[in-house]
Amino acid sequence: MSATDTTTVPSGGQVPPARRRVRPAIAFLRNTWRGLTSMRTALILLFLLALASLPGALLPQWSLNESKTSDYIAAHPFWGPLMNRLGFFEVFASPWYSAIYLLLFISLVGCLLPRTFEFARQIGARPVSTPRNLARMPLHAEYTVDGTAEQAADRAEATLRRKHWRVSRRTESGGVHTLSAEKGYLREVGNLVFHFSLLALLIAVAIGKLFGYEGSVIVQVGDPWCSSSTSSYDNFRPGLTVDGTDMTPFCLQIKDFQATWSPSGQALSFHTDVNYQAAAEAGGDSWHSARVQVNDPLRMAGERLYLLGHGYAPDVKVTFPNGDVRNYSTPFISNDPMLLSTGAIKVPDPPGVPADQLTQHQLAIAGLFAPTAAEHGGIMTSVYPAADKPGLAVDIYRGDLGMEGGRPQSVYAISQDQVDKGALVKLDRVNLYVGDSTTLDDGTVITFTGYHEWVSLQTSYDPGQTLALIAAILLLAGLMASLTIKRRRLWFRLLPPEAGSGAGDELRRTVVRVGGLARTDQAGYGAEFDEVSRWADDGTGSDTGTDEGTATADGTTGTTGSNTGTDGTAAERE
Amino acid sequence: MAGFSDLAFQAAMAGYLIALICYGIEVASRRGLVPTAMEAASAQRVHLAKVGAAGSRATGSTVTGYTDADVDDELDDDDDDDDDRAALAPWGVRFGRAAVVVTVIGVLANLLSVVTRGIAAGRLPLGNMYEFVSMICLASVTCWLVVLAKNRAPGLRQLGLFVLIPVVILAFVAGTKLWIPAGPVPPSLNSYWKWIHVTTVSLSGSVLLVSGAASVLYVLRHRFDRKLSEMPDDEALATSVWSRMPSLPTLDKIAYRTAIVAFPVYTFAIIAGALWAEVAWGRYWGWDPKETVAFVSWVFYAGYLHARATSGWRGLRSAWINIIGFAAIVFNLFFVNMVVSGLHSYAGVG
Ligand code: HEM
Repeated sequence: MSATDTTTVPSGGQVPPARRRVRPAIAFLRNTWRGLTSMRTALILLFLLALASLPGALLPQWSLNESKTSDYIAAHPFWGPLMNRLGFFEVFASPWYSAIYLLLFISLVGCLLPRTFEFARQIGARPVSTPRNLARMPLHAEYTVDGTAEQAADRAEATLRRKHWRVSRRTESGGVHTLSAEKGYLREVGNLVFHFSLLALLIAVAIGKLFGYEGSVIVQVGDPWCSSSTSSYDNFRPGLTVDGTDMTPFCLQIKDFQATWSPSGQALSFHTDVNYQAAAEAGGDSWHSARVQVNDPLRMAGERLYLLGHGYAPDVKVTFPNGDVRNYSTPFISNDPMLLSTGAIKVPDPPGVPADQLTQHQLAIAGLFAPTAAEHGGIMTSVYPAADKPGLAVDIYRGDLGMEGGRPQSVYAISQDQVDKGALVKLDRVNLYVGDSTTLDDGTVITFTGYHEWVSLQTSYDPGQTLALIAAILLLAGLMASLTIKRRRLWFRLLPPEAGSGAGDELRRTVVRVGGLARTDQAGYGAEFDEVSRWADDGTGSDTGTDEGTATADGTTGTTGSNTGTDGTAAERE
Repeated sequence: MAGFSDLAFQAAMAGYLIALICYGIEVASRRGLVPTAMEAASAQRVHLAKVGAAGSRATGSTVTGYTDADVDDELDDDDDDDDDRAALAPWGVRFGRAAVVVTVIGVLANLLSVVTRGIAAGRLPLGNMYEFVSMICLASVTCWLVVLAKNRAPGLRQLGLFVLIPVVILAFVAGTKLWIPAGPVPPSLNSYWKWIHVTTVSLSGSVLLVSGAASVLYVLRHRFDRKLSEMPDDEALATSVWSRMPSLPTLDKIAYRTAIVAFPVYTFAIIAGALWAEVAWGRYWGWDPKETVAFVSWVFYAGYLHARATSGWRGLRSAWINIIGFAAIVFNLFFVNMVVSGLHSYAGVG
């Protein structure tokens, strides 16, 4: 940016006051725009982006783990709420994170558009004319050949064209022929494709965030399930525009669940067989069957269905004092390799109890389920993940479950607050095997009758996904093109015998001077140059020069690369 | 078979350690030697960059720096040590050569260990952190040997010290802290995208290790060159071990060329990871800690490539960016896997 951009107002009072204010404003805008679209700014924004992402990895995030996040905030009474307000637990949705990547993408667009036009212009243009002094090129050679300059030029031109170089031939005074040639335009294409793909990727992500959703649900094997609304899910994460009104209602029947384990209990495979009805067929009689496994989802028209996990639900029969019998089968969850699972069976409405006394007679059976139980001193553990010898180790409570209060409680545990308050009283602790029962003081009989298996399923819908994949493929292709292809230039100057100087004279041969320049990294051009520089040779050539490099002072000394990044290399400086 | 693999791994560990010591001895033996022209020019360049900062435009064309072509030439130069300097430091050079031989032996043992481990487990040996780190050692050292074979710049062999330091650390951490018996992987890790993902991550990470090592040496050498440019007449400084390290442009080239090989592979690895995540977890990207740090390192490497094309960021700054990029990868491998746990539970570590 030259200094004249900013000093726009001439001294003296000729300029009307209004314009005096407007022109600096325009200059300011223009400077801001140029600053924003410079490569240095892009670089700084890139680092800011990286820096801003880090809290997303190091701090718990609401979107990944709610309980961990609220624990963290509770453990840091001062910093927790403050950081929460500032978005540190929701980094990737925070305004500051968005600001950085939006600025980066504005910068990207501002840099890409001119580059695209510039490239379109270059495509149409002839390769730049041959510089006066080819000996100053990073790569150069000189030799002499028999025949006229024209013949040598024809020879070189023919070979260049055959090898897909773009060639432009010119003649200079004194019968001197020049050829300028260029190759590797695909590099720039690749670079542009790469950067545009980044934009496409951002758009794809945005589409997913707006219109996609995810829902997860636990379903018992044998049960049917339909995704008729968001409330069919245990947990539903809608996209920004999703309100659940126009969801496609697909239906499932979970036929079975199969797992195999190694003798030591390591999981080898899981799958579940389902029947499903896609949206269009819902309510009808036609069902498709499919197998859903870990790493192998069921893909319907829009939604995808995943098998995320599985577990056991102990079956418990409760015989109430009034003679009523009820069967409960509540999923227990586990993160133990042997599937020792925890959970709670809650009976908020025991029959035969007047409504106003319910909160003294609610029941809870909370504890552990072991698929293959073993006991050591009364403590039950699980020694194998398959249900070979199911055991149930539970505490039985009576009293107020505390479910009327505002706070939602976990379905897998009882409220410890209620226990601490004495509102929920522990009556018994028992270890039961299938068929065993225990009788409470009021005559209630609790029988462990067996178990069910459940699967946890997830539905995902993301209309941006295909675009994201296409963008990623293009991104990679563009990147590879831009990193492997070299944009390189080659010039020949063929001096007829009269015009030649030095070594060729007495033999009256044509002097061939060649210069070469790779417009980015020179690496690897040297060997190719050694070959292509001989293309004016008919086999009679003899070296008179060297192809040693000369002082072009690349790098840190004495040069300033172009800020706009259009061509910040040694190329244009000579 | 599994026991044999462990033995071979121990042999590789020993090989790397001995090689490291030999490289170290060679480096130490360099004290008192006169730098080559390019190495001297390297120091001169730093000096000129400083002096020239004020009037760079004016003096730009008269500065006798060097071009990329010079660097290429230097990279093609036969290492003159073995001939010219053999008389001066024969034992040092001999240790240097021994280092390369022992490195080769170590890498072969490592290869044997990886292959037999794969056979013992009946799958690709990339199912837990031990196997992953063992593969990284194997691929990094292989990459280093390829770099050494393809470029013959003077003093380049001494970069081996900087490659082997992290490799030896990794090998020891793998052998002592991460080791678990060979066995099957849980179904969640058994997807072909996962295998593609993990293979490409480890390969690109290994090449980036070599790139990072070159940049570390770049930073150290730059520091030395600056000192030298302040005290050009200091005899001890001018002939210290640093003066015999590969020149700055050589290191820059090596770092860059390895990085541009690795970067597309790393990019592909992240894309493959996203494809796997789509298949396994129902979304291609979820800002899981592992994904986030992979993204951060990717951004750093993109920054590295940009920095090399931005005036004022070339050289020292871009070398630092490269180092930080690699640090992010290592951080992702150890800290995120073992401390911050996300969905990416890697079998076998707590
Ligand atoms: C969204 C952030 C961006 C990313 C991730 C990114 C990534 C990359 C990568 C990986 C390269 C290397 C390809 C090559 O060397 O040819 C590259 C090159 C380049 N990028 Fe970007 N870029 C981003 C934004 C920008 C912006 C905002 C600009 C312009 C202000 C820009 C300008 C360039 C230029 C000029 C090159 C060519 C450098 C060279 O030829 O070595 N990039 N970019």
